[in-house]
Amino acid sequence: MTNDSTEVLPPVSEPASAPAPTTNGDSPHYWNADLPVIETRGLTRTYGGGESTVRALVDVSLTVGPGEFVAIMGHSGSGKSTLMNLLGLLDVPDAGAYLLDGVDTSSLRGDELAQIRNRKIGFVFQSFNLITSMSALANVELPMAYADVKRSERRRRAFAALGLVGLTNRASHRPSELSGGQLQRVAVARALVNTPALILADEPTGNLDSTATAEVLDVFGELNQTGRTIVLITHEADVAARAGRIIQMSDGRIVSGSVPAGATGMGIAPVGAAGAWSPTTALGALP
Amino acid sequence: MLTSALRSIRANLTRAALTLLGVLIGVGSVILLLGVGSGASAEVVSQIAGLGTNTITVSAGMSRGATSFQDLTVEVAEAITPDNAPDVIAVVPEVSTSATVAYGTVSTSATVIGTTPEYFSVTNSPLAQGTAFQAADAAGARQVCVLGADLAYDLFGADDAVGRQLMVGGAPFTVYGVMKVKDTTGGSSGNSSLVAPLTRVQRSLTGYGSLSSITLQAASTAVVEAAASEATYAIAEALRIDAADATFRVTTQEQLIETSTEATSSLSAMLAAIAAISLVVGGIGVTNIMLVTVSERTREIGIRKALGAPWAAIAGQFVIEASLLSLTGGLVGVAGAWGLSHIAILGTRPVISLASVWLALGVSVGIGVIFGGYPALRAAAMKPVDALRHE
Repeated sequence: MTNDSTEVLPPVSEPASAPAPTTNGDSPHYWNADLPVIETRGLTRTYGGGESTVRALVDVSLTVGPGEFVAIMGHSGSGKSTLMNLLGLLDVPDAGAYLLDGVDTSSLRGDELAQIRNRKIGFVFQSFNLITSMSALANVELPMAYADVKRSERRRRAFAALGLVGLTNRASHRPSELSGGQLQRVAVARALVNTPALILADEPTGNLDSTATAEVLDVFGELNQTGRTIVLITHEADVAARAGRIIQMSDGRIVSGSVPAGATGMGIAPVGAAGAWSPTTALGALP
Repeated sequence: MLTSALRSIRANLTRAALTLLGVLIGVGSVILLLGVGSGASAEVVSQIAGLGTNTITVSAGMSRGATSFQDLTVEVAEAITPDNAPDVIAVVPEVSTSATVAYGTVSTSATVIGTTPEYFSVTNSPLAQGTAFQAADAAGARQVCVLGADLAYDLFGADDAVGRQLMVGGAPFTVYGVMKVKDTTGGSSGNSSLVAPLTRVQRSLTGYGSLSSITLQAASTAVVEAAASEATYAIAEALRIDAADATFRVTTQEQLIETSTEATSSLSAMLAAIAAISLVVGGIGVTNIMLVTVSERTREIGIRKALGAPWAAIAGQFVIEASLLSLTGGLVGVAGAWGLSHIAILGTRPVISLASVWLALGVSVGIGVIFGGYPALRAAAMKPVDALRHE
């Protein structure tokens, strides 16, 4: 992380004098150091109806604190993608509650969800999901366009984010002119440009070779080092090993790791491990 | 959003061009046909105005019960005097009939008009050669005449007609003059008429019965209506009937212009309405192509939604793209219509008004919004998770 990017991207934790957290997503530049980033209770999602009903997610309760690096593992069909869609507010649960960064999302619809996605979540997808007709820089600028950031400011922050993933010199390239690892790093830059509370990565290394995988995972590692909350879905054990905590899923349920290690109930205790969260470690991560 | 719409159109240039063609043809034909209509009515207006805008025509008609035919006679014409019709400055009685006109071996059929010398000034018929007959000729019922330009050419070719003698319905007439070529398509006094003193035509050809019409000249265009109403009362008094029961018709040039303008503009509106159907077809083409675009870009829509694009941003993007497409079509259509307006269509030079251009451009933007609206709404209504899963 370079100095100019720390200047551009605000610190991950607000000082104690920070204003009270808002629930409308109007202030994307800070989040709540003393609240879990993700808190779900009894999330359930079923597809279809009648005899062909598929219970993709059953009663999932999960807590992820600020600054954590969590990997969600499981076989295909275990419900991890469904969970990812719900955590990313791309889909709505049939039952259960989901508090994202202190905001109860269950009553939100349409544009409200879009705004929360825009301000609080940064997505990294397996298939990159960059817009092929736009340059790398324009792709990174896109979330800020929906956050009504001024053009010059957008450009400045997009360049800084590309610098953070080491791709400043590829800013004007189209996705078709970039390698897989570069594409995913552009996607990571795009995910963090609005300083979201949460970075959600769905099999981010699934389409990458081992070198590119290492590159991308290094970027995630660095981001986590600076206090960013990352939830990563993978079925590769060596990728999951980079995370501070591993959540195992099977048949739509969480088998293990639903709360930070050492935590008791919803009260979360520090574990001291890299990437694990406690109010003290979170504050300690301040630059 | 505009840049991204342009980018998307550029990416599928052939497709965009074909879609554009539909709107282009629609807009172009609407404008052109409206132009043909206004060109035609402008022509009619100028023809009628050529007859003099301060003239009034009185023509005979059947009475309401159809029991009697009220004659317009010379006496009726003479009843219109400066005393009872102060705004009328000239009264020109006319009889008209058809007769064979012969010179040497050449013979042709012509409209023979018997009238007074004021005819030439009142109907705006100046002479090219010779002179008009005078009051004395009229009083003496002399066998003299003035020829229309075409008639003179038919009979004498390039030779000088003045002073020659020709046979009209078997009676010899001396040619006094030839009228200038008149721009008349609708008027009765065509270029192939023969004008002679009223008394002579009555004596030789028509008899002393009814006049065909009486042409009145008002003092100025401002008093045409007043002159028309004065003449109506004067004639009614002469005929001893109530003015309200008048069966003769008093028509001002202005009314003629109105009537014919109405006729041509309703015709051109009908033509434009037919052309507008092609505009609707063009619009459906826009819908079609936008549906394809939305379906092709489902994944992109999903990405944008995941990144937090609000409903309006997605819908707006496609509406802008569709509007841009149809507006471009409209612009090219206007340009095309303008180009074609230099060629006569149905015998008329189309006159393209600025108003119809603005209307067409407005309509083409409207087509983009309306026909692009449905695909745009479909795009905006997609669920992000489904759109992202789209391959």
